[in-house]
Amino acid sequence: MSPKTDMDIEIPPPGTGSRRERAEGSVRLTVMRQDAPGGAPYWQAFEVPRYPNMNVVECLMEIRKNPVDAEGKRTTPVAWAANCLEEVCGICTMRVNGKVRQSCAALVQDLEEPIRLEPMEKFPVKRDLVIDRDRLFDAYKRVKAWIPIDGTYDLGPGPRIPEDEREEGYWLSRCISCGACVDACPQVVTDADTPFVGAAPISWARLVNIHPTGAMNAEERYDALMGPGGISDCGKAMNCVEVCPKSIPLMESIASMNRQITRHLLVDWLKE
Amino acid sequence: MSAGPRYVVVGGGLAGLMTTIRIAEQGHPVDLFSLVRVSRSHSVCAQGGINGAVNTKGEGDSPWIHLDDTVYGGDFLANQPPVKEMTEAAAAIIYLYDRMGVMFNRTSEGLLDFRRFGGTKVHRTAYAGATTGQQLMYALDQQVRRYEEEGLVTKYEGWEFLRAVVDGGGVARGIVALDLASMKVRAFRGDAVMVATGGPGVVFGRSTNSILNTGAANSNLYQQGAKYANGEFVQIHPTAIPGRDKRRLISESVRGEGGRVWVPRDGGRWYFLEEWYPAYGNLVPRDVAAQAIYKVVYDMGLGVDGQEAVYLDVTHKDPHELDVKLGGVLEIYEKFMGEDPREVPMKVFPAVHYSMGGLWVDYDLMTSIPGVFSGGEANYEYHGANRLGANALVSCTFDGMKGGPRMIAYGGGLESLAADAPSSLFDDAVAEQRKRLEEVYAMTSGSENPYGLHEELGEWMTRYCTVIRDEEKLRRTDEKIGELMDRWNDVALPDAGEWVNQSVVFTRQLWDMFELARVMVRGAIARKESRGVHLRPDYPERDDANWLKTTIAEWTPDGPRLSYEPVDVSLVQPRPRQYKKDIR
Repeated sequence: MSPKTDMDIEIPPPGTGSRRERAEGSVRLTVMRQDAPGGAPYWQAFEVPRYPNMNVVECLMEIRKNPVDAEGKRTTPVAWAANCLEEVCGICTMRVNGKVRQSCAALVQDLEEPIRLEPMEKFPVKRDLVIDRDRLFDAYKRVKAWIPIDGTYDLGPGPRIPEDEREEGYWLSRCISCGACVDACPQVVTDADTPFVGAAPISWARLVNIHPTGAMNAEERYDALMGPGGISDCGKAMNCVEVCPKSIPLMESIASMNRQITRHLLVDWLKE
Repeated sequence: MSAGPRYVVVGGGLAGLMTTIRIAEQGHPVDLFSLVRVSRSHSVCAQGGINGAVNTKGEGDSPWIHLDDTVYGGDFLANQPPVKEMTEAAAAIIYLYDRMGVMFNRTSEGLLDFRRFGGTKVHRTAYAGATTGQQLMYALDQQVRRYEEEGLVTKYEGWEFLRAVVDGGGVARGIVALDLASMKVRAFRGDAVMVATGGPGVVFGRSTNSILNTGAANSNLYQQGAKYANGEFVQIHPTAIPGRDKRRLISESVRGEGGRVWVPRDGGRWYFLEEWYPAYGNLVPRDVAAQAIYKVVYDMGLGVDGQEAVYLDVTHKDPHELDVKLGGVLEIYEKFMGEDPREVPMKVFPAVHYSMGGLWVDYDLMTSIPGVFSGGEANYEYHGANRLGANALVSCTFDGMKGGPRMIAYGGGLESLAADAPSSLFDDAVAEQRKRLEEVYAMTSGSENPYGLHEELGEWMTRYCTVIRDEEKLRRTDEKIGELMDRWNDVALPDAGEWVNQSVVFTRQLWDMFELARVMVRGAIARKESRGVHLRPDYPERDDANWLKTTIAEWTPDGPRLSYEPVDVSLVQPRPRQYKKDIR
């Protein structure tokens, strides 16, 4: 039987189709807004139609389609960042009812209302819920989180890696650079001269050190993690582990890098 | 500033990043532009893997068979020489990622493991769990950061490409871009420009694409005179989770690892793909699977619980093996649907996924605007009328591998450089784009909401320009697009803010989406045959005598002017395409 037959598919107009397309009731939100960098933050309440299985991003989409506040007064759409909506790009991270997480994966049915949306705390606000994570990405530079390959030419396969080590590395490599671990960490004090780098960059250093090629210059990453803002700033509050959307064993990473650094210092001392 | 040529890369996905690395490693400076921080690009959404014929499983695989599968899977619409180049480079690309530290799954010997994907009979797909795209992206992101530290790469993240700057001789001399935070417009000089800005899935409203994949950069180049090829060929992925915000992809690797598609029938389970296509079973190519699911659901009324859904079932598989090989994708289902796919079959339905069409490029990846190159999903180069699973990651990486050196060769051969071009050329280009932006800012008195108009566009495009293309309905859709374009002029901009004004940006992109939608719809009306994803019930057969040719769209104010050019089938003779039995 060939599937290439004529058929007449009539799909009903928007809003009248299957159950998941029909709104029932409403969702209440309150959003912390800020018009520009350095501006004064203020709260604004919204009420949007409720759809089955709805997430926080959909609420924000409803607001921009009909930008009125809870009293029905016209306002500007809330600015927020989103892209993949599958919890893999990391960009839509914000504080939802006080907890830092991806707004795409925050389902309305699991949240107490009014749902409070705030920008991440440890990064400067550009507008409303849009923040600037430069600090996180600068930290990746500091810890040299890359394998120093010798060009893109065809040099054959990389080193063999036992599957169990590979699995350990893969678990770490699922980090989406959302910055939740940095945001939730009490040791990250943003107005310090050299704030703590936070868990993600340390875990990236561990990942690169697991790789046989990365291990060849592991000591560069040790040096980067010593000194102000480095690994010794960790206060073991464990908040990072609690908020990581990918359940990455961040405390294990910090402990592992600590051990590696201690061993490295000891060996250096013995050499002297 | 270096005295030699300067290079611009637009797009922070795999194609753009690999292009950047290839140029920077030759010691040339690169300005890299991306809407978002590069590691947020849509390439991170690729799940299943990357193809390369390594033949490590004793199946006799080779780059030639990979070429054959690719052009056969693409229903012979791709020019074959570039496909051959790509399949010959594929294994080395995988090994390069391996050297960069990608945590690919391994065999018991610690070597790379490979799995099966759709439209092929061999294990050709390297994978890192089910987050392969993300792993590859981070590998390239890290290498680019190295060059950033060395001062060779300057990133402009949070910038949108608006136009190429083209001189009186028609040659590109740089770009105009918009800072999405400050809303400032600026020109950048560049002797060769790579545009690798991904696909246009958002033209269809909800798709598996990330929500920034509007195709606006491509559309702006098209409106500027670049040729756009095979626009009507848009792939529908057979298995996605319906949602109001987007369609979430459930990777083909789920079927590659033994997942089965079925619907309830007569109190039992009907594995219709296995019955209809015994040679490939659940691993038929995506166009075939999507069309079969439409037939089962709409024609035969056998959707699960009467809904637009079929089952994708892995409950018979070992849960630990599933976690190791498919973890990321099963997590998405669990998180967004609240059901564990290890226990309960997933409910899925086809969704817009990938554009085989894109900017026309020559075999050096240069568009019809000299100096502007295109790579990745943004061009039309490799996938013909249907893309095979796990060929996207290899094609976009290959475009970077190839594009970087081709841009350097082009830049090195120029007699005069952008640095010497008169500043008035750039000032005028900026003034023109600033004026366009101010026109959007001035849209205050209308009555339409841009997001509402976009929803209408998406509904119409998804309804009438996806799996089944009925000529009359396509014509109505074309009229509808015209109506939406008229109504666009009546937009009431909801935000006058001068900082991070997303409404201004989107309203502009919306127009660009209309222009591309017209290319897709008019191309689909004109092509009177069925080939790959393009299924015309009134012309159900492939027609090589009349339609073995590439559609070329050129912009006019009244919509695209279509012309055609022959397809280079010099390597593999076209043959009928069917997946019921083997006929290689």
